[in-house]
Amino acid sequence: MTKNLRVNTGKAIDETYRISFKFNGSTYYGFKGDTLASALLANDVHLVGRSFKYHRPRGIMTAGSEEPNAIVQLHDNSSRTEPNVRATEVEIYEGLEATSQNCWPSVNFDIGGINNLLSPLLPAGFYYKTFMWPASFWKNYEYFIRRSAGLGKSPTKPDPDVYEHRYIHCDVLVIGSGISGIMAAKIAAKNGFKTLLVDEKPNLGGSTIYQESNYFKINNQNSGSWLEKEINEIKKLKNLEIKTRTSVAAYHGYNFLLARENLTDHLPIEQRKGKTRHKLLKIRAKKVISATGSIERPMIFDNNDRPGILLSSAIKKYADFFGVACGKKNIFLTNNDSAYETTISLIQKGINVEAIVDNREEVDSKLLYEVEKNNVKIFKGYTVTNTFGYKRINKISIMQISNDGQNVLGSKIYLACDCLGVSGGWTPAVHLFTQSGGKLKFRNEDQTFIPNIYPSDQLSIGACNGDLTLDEILINTPNSLKQFFKIKNTEYDRLEIISSTNKSKRNIWLLPSDKVIGKTKSFVDYQNDATAKDIKLALREGFRSIEHVKRYTTTGMGTDQGKLGNMHALGIISETAGAKMGELGTTTFRPPYTPLTFGTIVGRNVGEYFDIFRKTPIHDFHVENNAEFENVGQWKRAWYYPKENENMHQAVQRESKAARESAGILDASTLGKIDIQGTDASEFLNRVYTNAWSKLAIGKCRYGLMLNEDGMVYDDGVTTRLDENHYIMTTTTGGAANVMGKLEDYLQTEWPELDVYLTSVTDHFATVSVCGPNSKKIVSKVIPDLNFSDESFPHMSFKNTKIGKINCRVMRISFTGEHSYEINIQANYGKSVWEKCMEAGKHHNITPYGTETMHLLRAEKGFIIVGQDTDATMTPIDLQMDWIVSKKKYDFIGKRSLYRSDTIRDDRKQLVGILTEDPNEVLEEGAQIIADVNKSPIEMLGHITSSYYSPNLKKSIALGVVRGGKNMMGQKLIIPMEKKNINVTVTDPVFLDKENKRLNA
Amino acid sequence: MFVINCPFCGEREQSEFKAGGEAHILRPKQPTELSDDEWAEYLFMRKNIKGIQFERWNHTHGCRKWFNIARDTSNDEIKVVYKMGEKPPSI
Ligand SMILES: [Zn+2]
Repeated sequence: MTKNLRVNTGKAIDETYRISFKFNGSTYYGFKGDTLASALLANDVHLVGRSFKYHRPRGIMTAGSEEPNAIVQLHDNSSRTEPNVRATEVEIYEGLEATSQNCWPSVNFDIGGINNLLSPLLPAGFYYKTFMWPASFWKNYEYFIRRSAGLGKSPTKPDPDVYEHRYIHCDVLVIGSGISGIMAAKIAAKNGFKTLLVDEKPNLGGSTIYQESNYFKINNQNSGSWLEKEINEIKKLKNLEIKTRTSVAAYHGYNFLLARENLTDHLPIEQRKGKTRHKLLKIRAKKVISATGSIERPMIFDNNDRPGILLSSAIKKYADFFGVACGKKNIFLTNNDSAYETTISLIQKGINVEAIVDNREEVDSKLLYEVEKNNVKIFKGYTVTNTFGYKRINKISIMQISNDGQNVLGSKIYLACDCLGVSGGWTPAVHLFTQSGGKLKFRNEDQTFIPNIYPSDQLSIGACNGDLTLDEILINTPNSLKQFFKIKNTEYDRLEIISSTNKSKRNIWLLPSDKVIGKTKSFVDYQNDATAKDIKLALREGFRSIEHVKRYTTTGMGTDQGKLGNMHALGIISETAGAKMGELGTTTFRPPYTPLTFGTIVGRNVGEYFDIFRKTPIHDFHVENNAEFENVGQWKRAWYYPKENENMHQAVQRESKAARESAGILDASTLGKIDIQGTDASEFLNRVYTNAWSKLAIGKCRYGLMLNEDGMVYDDGVTTRLDENHYIMTTTTGGAANVMGKLEDYLQTEWPELDVYLTSVTDHFATVSVCGPNSKKIVSKVIPDLNFSDESFPHMSFKNTKIGKINCRVMRISFTGEHSYEINIQANYGKSVWEKCMEAGKHHNITPYGTETMHLLRAEKGFIIVGQDTDATMTPIDLQMDWIVSKKKYDFIGKRSLYRSDTIRDDRKQLVGILTEDPNEVLEEGAQIIADVNKSPIEMLGHITSSYYSPNLKKSIALGVVRGGKNMMGQKLIIPMEKKNINVTVTDPVFLDKENKRLNA
Repeated sequence: MFVINCPFCGEREQSEFKAGGEAHILRPKQPTELSDDEWAEYLFMRKNIKGIQFERWNHTHGCRKWFNIARDTSNDEIKVVYKMGEKPPSI
């Protein structure tokens, strides 16, 4: 295949700059300015892929982002590989490698092609109907489907490219740089609006820029030349920013848009280093102008999908813009004037056009007369009934259409061709407009949906607003812009226009055929292989909503979202179901308009920047001491500190023993800390905690439980009274921000009369917790001036003191059940205090312990962890914590809910201790708890919430929630596991030191 | 993503705010005197209407103030923004 179908220098092509690239392993040549599609067509390569379901050979159909067939994989097996890329959008560069997708083993011999022969067995809803039963077969089905269907391969190596996000605020955003977009951008910028103009293509000018026909003139110049001058002028405007290769992916409410600016994809790989590949632009525009143009419609007839069948407008662009002839024997099928425009272009370039098959019977058009002069045979009132040629079209059959458009008449004529251009008229590209919430109306004359009601300050102009001819665009655009910008006149108010398009059209959604519908393959959605027959079948089977038909037939559900065929699908539904198009509405167009890579979406938020994480001031110690870390909320918490060959279990057992036998040290800096001040601080605490606070003496600490209004436990922690009107509240690590928010909410909205001020001071203090029988000795060495006697400094009290010159707060509180102290000090001294404690405890084997040991130690004591032993369905009563719920207080958050009919049930799930019959058997957290294995269905009584092997008790211990568990002490239950049933006994949740002797040891 | 005109800070992106559900549901002053049904009415029942809805919002990544808005839930248009404690405007 070394044919060259280059006819002359196209507008975009630099023939002095030759580029070699590979497609399916073969080397081809193109020129700078080519897309992969134009370069392949220049090499006479039409077959580029296989269809999704039937694996039919497919070729390039379009010249733009609407391409359904020519989707390729770039740089297969490399870290830069990318699937589902439209060949029509890939600009070629030296070294480009592309391969066909969805074919195996090769595009020329594809095993899945057998699906094509089996197609009578693959009707609409095939996947739903076939792969349903039995469920256990799904594994096999999935393998088969993935192997034979798959749309490309995702990369398996890390992405070497860099992506960025950028916020843009502008007065006016213009989307699309066709003739109307250029006019809009110029007028906006010249009237003082800070304007941004974006276009998905590498160049400005849309389809007018390569219009060189005498039949389309502005101020006596070819419209293309006129536009080029305009473009040169706007490039000089100061308050206009222009971005090419930038496609708007999403248009949200309040004029918020996402666009992808492509910066390096057109460069050879070695030139991409150090450059940002894509920028995701987050645009907030005061005004938006959509000038997104229109998409030519294909036509629906038997075998309308063969390689060599293209949109008429695409053939024109390949010839005019890229200088490429798509075929040597071209035929057009049309129902409007557009194909004549293309034909004139081809004739000018010496490309042979054999015939035009026009659905219309009578046409009075200047363009037609010009074509006739050039001896092109025109078949008026005819349609194509079938096409031939497996990997490339080589022949068509045509027949006359009946007056009502439903049947074909007369005898069949066969015409040889190597390329068939189709033009079914134009569909305004309203995708972004509808994404923004805009409402459409149906225009009967040419069967189009056009913008009707704008949901924000925006305007649609040009073809996307239904102005489909040059004169309409040039007359309507300035008028719309004047209203939109509230200006009196524009420089475009008196243009001289020659526009030769005749607007007549004969719209037939499904062209008639001499075969019955069941025997034709008339594709509506090329990418998903949905045919007219499938849509009719769906309607016969009772589907009515277009959204349902869409999903059942998969019409419009490919990566192209059915940009070509959706209108035909609607048309066929409308005709078959006898409903009006305008009443059917359209399916929803969802973002993104064209696919985005994950890289673009995540931007710089990759690797360690994927999410924010917080480190405590003591973090470096943990790292230096080999800690494994656990994520708790956004915090990195030391989980355990393995020594040499220790595994997690061994490390935790060692740490747990050390803490009870001598001394342990924990970094508790992550606990939430809220400073509460004000004359109503005590009253405030009374209202937010379940217990009473007014009588707490200054210098004392108290544990508190916080509920939601529904009575369920929300958070817990110790609060200390620092002064008459001053408290410091601690919260759980994960709950800190939410508790702060909740307290603020109540203060601002329910109790604004309270004099209370809240300040989050979590980050301001480091907290070093030292526990164990030797904790007092160690801490008193670090703070020698403080009186640590039990009389002066009893459990649940606090002291303001100093370490050296630095103020600190020491609380004698305990989450392990051991005698322990928490030193709170200004954060940047945290590590130094920690190290002082380590030094002071050296002879007492002071052992740093992590969260896992903390969890184990508190479980030995039966202390709950909110969020582990509770979910949002546990009341304090369910937790057997009745003691903390004040009976005397008139009200607190959640109080009323504690005696709703549901919360006073005896058979609620309640927290209990669980002991295994075999003391070495450690239960799995989350394991189900049952009473009777023989009962069917088995009754689930609850589940295990915490489970450990306790080195101090030398047995397995667990906490769990069990329905009615409070009254089941001593009862035998069963934990059913995959391989065995484990016998357990319900016990009190406090396993160690019920008398709390160790607190004062 | 919409833009909210915080009564204390001015126009800001929605991502700076947190929604807080239906507005003007006052916490009963004497919850203990309510029947289960009355308490459940306060606790659980929300309108969730299509159309203009009065909602609480909090400028979490800004001034942290709570305020109310009237929003058309069918198109996210915010009709009016007003401070806590002010009466809902008639729309
Ligand atoms: Zn604010």
